[in-house]
Amino acid sequence: MRVGFVRRLRGGNVHIGLHPADANALPPMQPGQFVEVAVDKAKVLLNRPFSIFNSSPECLELLVKPLGRASAAIADYEEGDTLRVIAPLGRGFSLPEAPARVLLVGGGVGVAPMYYLARALNERGIRPVLVYGERTAPDPALKELLSRHAELHICTDDGSEGFHGFVIDHPAVTQGEYDYAKICGPEKMMKFMHNYIATNKNWDTEFSLENKMACGLGACLCCVENTTTGNRCVCTDGPVFNLTELPW
Amino acid sequence: MVDLSTRIGDLAIKNPVLTASGTFGFGLEYADFVNLSNLGGFIVKGTTLEPREGNPYPRMAETPSGMLNAVGLQNKGVDHFINHTYPQLEGIGTEVIVNVSGKSVDDYVAVAEKLAALPEIHAIELNISCPNVKQGGMAFGTTCEGASAVVSAVRKAWPRHLMVKLSPNVTSITDIAKAAEGAGADSLSLINTLLGMAIDIERRRPMLSTVTGGLSGPAVKPVAVRMVWQVAKAVNIPVVGLGGIVSAEDAIEFIMAGAVAVQIGTANFIDPSATQKIIDGMEQWCERHGVRSIAELRGCINA
Repeated sequence: MRVGFVRRLRGGNVHIGLHPADANALPPMQPGQFVEVAVDKAKVLLNRPFSIFNSSPECLELLVKPLGRASAAIADYEEGDTLRVIAPLGRGFSLPEAPARVLLVGGGVGVAPMYYLARALNERGIRPVLVYGERTAPDPALKELLSRHAELHICTDDGSEGFHGFVIDHPAVTQGEYDYAKICGPEKMMKFMHNYIATNKNWDTEFSLENKMACGLGACLCCVENTTTGNRCVCTDGPVFNLTELPW
Repeated sequence: MVDLSTRIGDLAIKNPVLTASGTFGFGLEYADFVNLSNLGGFIVKGTTLEPREGNPYPRMAETPSGMLNAVGLQNKGVDHFINHTYPQLEGIGTEVIVNVSGKSVDDYVAVAEKLAALPEIHAIELNISCPNVKQGGMAFGTTCEGASAVVSAVRKAWPRHLMVKLSPNVTSITDIAKAAEGAGADSLSLINTLLGMAIDIERRRPMLSTVTGGLSGPAVKPVAVRMVWQVAKAVNIPVVGLGGIVSAEDAIEFIMAGAVAVQIGTANFIDPSATQKIIDGMEQWCERHGVRSIAELRGCINA
């Protein structure tokens, strides 16, 4: 695919837009699905999985945090460069019917699938609540995007913006009442949320996992998560799993 | 027109490109990316008598020019293969070779006996070299006695082509190769993964749940080429080469070392259409170099 734009956001995230290399439209993609990207500039062997931040027939957008060699090298790409991408992959979030009260929780770069998910919910007449936790205040441009389709609440570890603390302690989580919750973020945060919701709430909840994977196609069996029905591939059986499937 | 067809003993295949077990699922996972009937064949995921859950996560770590895996033979067992997978593979238009693993000699024999009932399975690959299971696996492939015992027992139970996959984690691979040949193997495939290890220094913990795992990818290729060359000279049965092949040039290197065919493994993870590109690339390479048949290149280095 051809790089259309690269926006280096405050806080280190990179927002990158990719256009199809040929005249063909991109295939339809579901919120919560992911793509595999060959990050050649990073000189790594395997492709890397990234959440779909947004997609249309003309453009696939990713939000990438530079955490490792490959994700850091995404910032080195410029308009006009090409990237090899396999998309879309995996099973995304289930989309409830309106009227429904939906909570979205994104921790760090776990917010990446939430924009596209919120957009899809809006199209179904649902305006979700999005609680977004970061170490420090996120880029205003990202905030503006996220608040288009959701009631946005920011939490920061350093108190530089919004609620000073973790997403799990935010009043929108502790005092809100929902029918559905969709959660993506660091493993520790997701396990806390799993425990909290399983114990205190009756929300139909899904988590999006990010296990290390090699093929992305369900062939190598490297990315498995231990579920209530045994080891299952995050790449093809997930990355989205229901709370009841995860024995956390 | 280049003739890419080759024979692994009595097994005639349309080109020398097979896929390595564990890297291509049951083939169907790759059907969106490769016309499976264009392959010389594919070797399906390691199959055991009973279902296996495999090792805990994390099972994979990328390393310089390679990757470690510790999947541990997760599979649904041979009965599931026979009843659910095989019917989907019937008539697929290429050789489907089943990789067979076990905890004991009896296990291997039982799996081979069950597979013998499937008419379209013309060959099995005996995995005596998996480094990621506690019992069996590599234990059979690291001594001549172990290799001989399991190969001769399966030889009695399996009427068709018997390929034996060798471990590189040995002092002398030619001794093991000769033992497998003497016990009745029809061909040898090598190399399985090299036992390796990586540490996450920030967390001060091993990268894999099992601490050690199998190294594959371009990092192992020179070791694999060396071993294929040594074994091809030492035995009188065909050798199938694998280990880090990602391009047509890599595949040709193995053929020149003495292999009749190759298996593509980790490359499938990097590019799911790698096998087709390697087949096309081999044909183009031969055309450019005036080679009419891939067989002309086999063992041509005269070393």
